[in-house]
Amino acid sequence: MKAAAIRRNGLGLLGLVLAAAAVLAALAAPILAPHNPFIGDMTQGLRPPGTPGHPLGTDQLGRDTLSRVLYGARVALFIGLCTVLVTAIVGGLLGLLAGFFGGWSGQVLMRLCDVQLSFPFILLALTINAIVGLGLRNIIISLSAAGWVVYARVVRGEVLSVKQRDFVQAAAALGTSRARILFRHILPNVAPSIIIVASLQFSQFIVAEAAISFLGFGVQPPTPAWGSMLSESRDFLYVAWWLAAFPGAALALTALGVNLVGDWLRDVLDPKFQV
Amino acid sequence: MRAYLVSRLAQTALVVFLSLTAVFFLVRLTGDPVLLFLPMDIQAKDVNEFRQRLGFNDPLPVQYGRFLSGAARGDFGESLRYRRDAMRLVLERLPATLELGLAALLLAFSISIPIGILSATHRGTLVDYLGMGGAVLGQAIPGFWLGLMLIYFFSVRLHWLPTGGMGGPTHFVMPCIVLASFYAARMARLTRSSVLDVLGAEFVLTARAKGLAERIVIVKHALKNAAIPIVTLAGLETGQLLGGAVITETIFAWPGLGRLTVQALLNRDFPVVLAAVFVISVTYTLINLGVDLLYGWLDPRTRREVAA
Repeated sequence: MKAAAIRRNGLGLLGLVLAAAAVLAALAAPILAPHNPFIGDMTQGLRPPGTPGHPLGTDQLGRDTLSRVLYGARVALFIGLCTVLVTAIVGGLLGLLAGFFGGWSGQVLMRLCDVQLSFPFILLALTINAIVGLGLRNIIISLSAAGWVVYARVVRGEVLSVKQRDFVQAAAALGTSRARILFRHILPNVAPSIIIVASLQFSQFIVAEAAISFLGFGVQPPTPAWGSMLSESRDFLYVAWWLAAFPGAALALTALGVNLVGDWLRDVLDPKFQV
Repeated sequence: MRAYLVSRLAQTALVVFLSLTAVFFLVRLTGDPVLLFLPMDIQAKDVNEFRQRLGFNDPLPVQYGRFLSGAARGDFGESLRYRRDAMRLVLERLPATLELGLAALLLAFSISIPIGILSATHRGTLVDYLGMGGAVLGQAIPGFWLGLMLIYFFSVRLHWLPTGGMGGPTHFVMPCIVLASFYAARMARLTRSSVLDVLGAEFVLTARAKGLAERIVIVKHALKNAAIPIVTLAGLETGQLLGGAVITETIFAWPGLGRLTVQALLNRDFPVVLAAVFVISVTYTLINLGVDLLYGWLDPRTRREVAA
């Protein structure tokens, strides 16, 4: 048991370090990046890693790979954070209302969730994105529209059980207003689940954004997003492996860090939790 | 049982109907659908002619009714790019996706379930750490990056495997690994935790107390019960497999439904998109129905609930 706890904490710590590194890269990209991520020297194109001034090499336009990977963290975390916030607020609120008031509107909402969950997440986000259009704002909208259902379902289920507990019944008997019961008594008890879902969804959103941009939708070049960098790298796989290796490694390490933090949070907050 | 099947099939029909309706209206809400359906460099005169011919000048309810009556007959119109029946195009591509999906599923099962079981029975040992470390790592590595790296090593450097397309058995290797990676890791972790749960149950204690060999306890008593959550996940994650197919097929130029869908989205070929949405949601819900029916066999306790 103790060994398991140490292993858990160790992995959680590793996750924190990786996630912190990604956050640092995102926040300090302008300071850390040795070059402008948008402008390259055409005469310095496709230089391998280790070239003086370009530790991770350059791309076909002579842009510094390290700088682009660092700025890529900005794009990835920004999209992930915005999407998690939007989905947590929208899905969480709908779940709260559906669970608290129940009735036919709650039923309709849950059937809608069933319908949406009967379609693969990435394909749903991709289809929505193809319809609403490209760019940073639209990828956030697409991912949010595809991702809110998980919160709604989890939160509704939790509210249904918390609602039956004695302290809620007592508050209701005291004549506390419904809004106050909902936000002061029920919400704090549901919050841990929201946090767990958010942490588990975060890396899914980051990877999904990269996948969608990789397929040619979502964030477009020249914006230094990991997905679109990987997409461009396909044309140069025979001559420049580093263009595919580094953005992907950054994405994988960030996803790993966030996943480990999420697992650790789940163990701390609610070991029985299943999404 | 029959009433249950009928209600589940009705639910499937509802799901398919609602997803088609959603896509239909999304396409029409976000601007002039004719512009979406047509290439950028077209003349204004031609646009109007097209609009008339495709029926976009009719009121929205009329268009919707026409779309539904067509969809009910499996008629989604003609692909704008290939000038062929959209549904037939989609159905032609379906076998390639199912083949790849099935092969990937087998690969995922044959790797992740033994790893999960071994990790559970050797809990806290090196086997467990290696197995679960691999699973955590596998879960974090994005499939499309894995695909690129595999192409680099096995095609570009070693010249062992073809970079893409469909042909002999060698064409299967890399797409299969990438597609399996989309859920082998989760499967391994879930197998471990459900085997651990079952190993702590009273009937396992009883079986051990009876003096049964450990191998028999695990194979006969633990695994069959641990299979229930694993089958659930397998069903739920089939959707991820279909989603993963979109990415995998694009990387490896696999001529399946996923690649067709991506191309149709890129080309704004919405008849094909709608037909693909139809086929994917039908496939997915039918697979989940199959999974639910499997429960009855795995766990007789659920049979009564189903009958009631």
